Amino acid sequence: MISADIQIVMPEILLAIYAMLALLAAVYTNKDKSASLLTWVTSGLFVLMGLWIGINGQGTQTAFDGMFNDDGFSRFAKVAILLSAAAVLMMSEAYMKRRGLLRFEYPILVALSVVGMMVMVSAGDLMALYMGLELQSLSLYVVASLRRDSVKSTEAGLKYFVLGALSSGLLLYGASLTYGFAGTTLFSGIIEASAHHPSLGLLFGIVFLVSGLAFKVSAAPFHMWTPDVYEGSPTPVTAFFATAPKFAAMAMFARVVHDAFGHIVSDWQQIVALLAVVSMFLGAVAAIGQKDIKRLMAYSSIAHMGFALMGLAAGTVLGVQAMLIYMAIYVTMNIGAFAFILGMERDGRPVTSIESLKMYSKRQPLRALALLVLMFSLAGVPPMVGFFGKFYVLRAAFDAGLAWLAVAGVIASVIGAFYYLRIVYYMYFGEETEQLDGKMNPVLWGFLMAASLAMLIGVINLFGIEPIAQAAAEALVH
Amino acid sequence: MIGLEHYLAVAAALFVIGIFGLFLNRKNVIILLMSIELMLLAVNINFVAFSSYLDDLVGQVFTLFVLTVAAAEAAIGLAILVCFFRNRGTIDVEDVNVMKG
Repeated sequence: MISADIQIVMPEILLAIYAMLALLAAVYTNKDKSASLLTWVTSGLFVLMGLWIGINGQGTQTAFDGMFNDDGFSRFAKVAILLSAAAVLMMSEAYMKRRGLLRFEYPILVALSVVGMMVMVSAGDLMALYMGLELQSLSLYVVASLRRDSVKSTEAGLKYFVLGALSSGLLLYGASLTYGFAGTTLFSGIIEASAHHPSLGLLFGIVFLVSGLAFKVSAAPFHMWTPDVYEGSPTPVTAFFATAPKFAAMAMFARVVHDAFGHIVSDWQQIVALLAVVSMFLGAVAAIGQKDIKRLMAYSSIAHMGFALMGLAAGTVLGVQAMLIYMAIYVTMNIGAFAFILGMERDGRPVTSIESLKMYSKRQPLRALALLVLMFSLAGVPPMVGFFGKFYVLRAAFDAGLAWLAVAGVIASVIGAFYYLRIVYYMYFGEETEQLDGKMNPVLWGFLMAASLAMLIGVINLFGIEPIAQAAAEALVH
Repeated sequence: MIGLEHYLAVAAALFVIGIFGLFLNRKNVIILLMSIELMLLAVNINFVAFSSYLDDLVGQVFTLFVLTVAAAEAAIGLAILVCFFRNRGTIDVEDVNVMKG
């Protein structure tokens, strides 16, 4: 019995053991000198583990009396998390090394946070969910303040910590109410207890749980930490925040609302729809005045979370499928965009102002073209894959009878297109300013080109993720 | 006789005091850490009260997990705070404002 359970959680256990052994090994040997190697080994391990889970896993199994699920949904999320974390680690290595930031703790903390994410997307119990979430969050607080001697980075860590702890508190309060009024912390028990006319206490529990989760996915009105944390953290860390944790938090959100409250869709649908609308509009409008590209990406991520939540608000298989496809596309686009941002420097110093991109196309036509494709895709302009992501969530919302939400989404995406297109405008038509350095790390170049090519080639069949996402969604929705 | 609702009321009051402590406090970051702790402990009261009311041990197990995590959280919070103090020379909440948002 126990050995069968352990078999199911084997990837998480292996990764946790790896992280601890790597920590011991690095401390006892040559500390930061091995950081570079450790980063590559960790990202290689992520890729292998992602392939292992993706190829090997099948069917639906539960471990530890339902506390831990291994189903299509959790595997989809795990593969996305592992691969995007591996990509970010590979991109960060050269950048951090050159600025003396590459400490051996970085890949280890990332590995631990990935373990946390893997646990939280497959949690079948409020306790497992909470422990996974905290493992992820505690690692991320530390990573945010990785640049110990910078005011901005430590301030970002402090803000992230305080607001993250507040959101954990809200989530936990919701969990305690849910436990009290449902009589169990197992999702399978909660869904039965809430099936017929849920009590008022349970509804309060849902509200607190959803607001805690909204904090974690940085949906407005719980977004206030996002711009500061994105701006203050070192850029590779920002790139990490914008990819794997976002996917994990969104998957966890879907897991809670469908696995634990799947029979009372109408009770949480309104809250999620409201979060979606507010996030889309706030992300679109507030980004217009931004001059720093990292801050702009923060508001862009808030808007994109709004769109993903729109899929979730539909409360159907199609909605979850749309959300998964949207998030997968979003993560790919962000990896490309951050590969570009990591490569932005002038005289060897990192630059993050948007103005510095003026007339970039003249010097670097290929890279400017790649960024153009990514920006069009982020804006949702038709020939790019980003459009199909938006199309899926809009269709899911429309089919679920939320036509007003779909209309609001279209309006918000039109407003949002302005600031993506402004970057393109600067690159092609702006006045000439002091130019950025021409050199770019080959790894970053590769990721930038691969992501923008994916945005073009993916139009054919979305790399076949559509049926996989559908199977994942069917595994989750009751 | 003290029933479940009394415990829930105390927990809710403590939780709200914790939230207000986070938002209204303008003095110093240590108070923020204390407010966070207060919120988590309010949740623990909830869990233990429900656990005893439902005659179910899960709530108490959850409480133990929460206590452990809260300790780790406080440790990390203080560590980040020390780093911040070294750079900024102050821990006033009003001075956590290099970036505005």
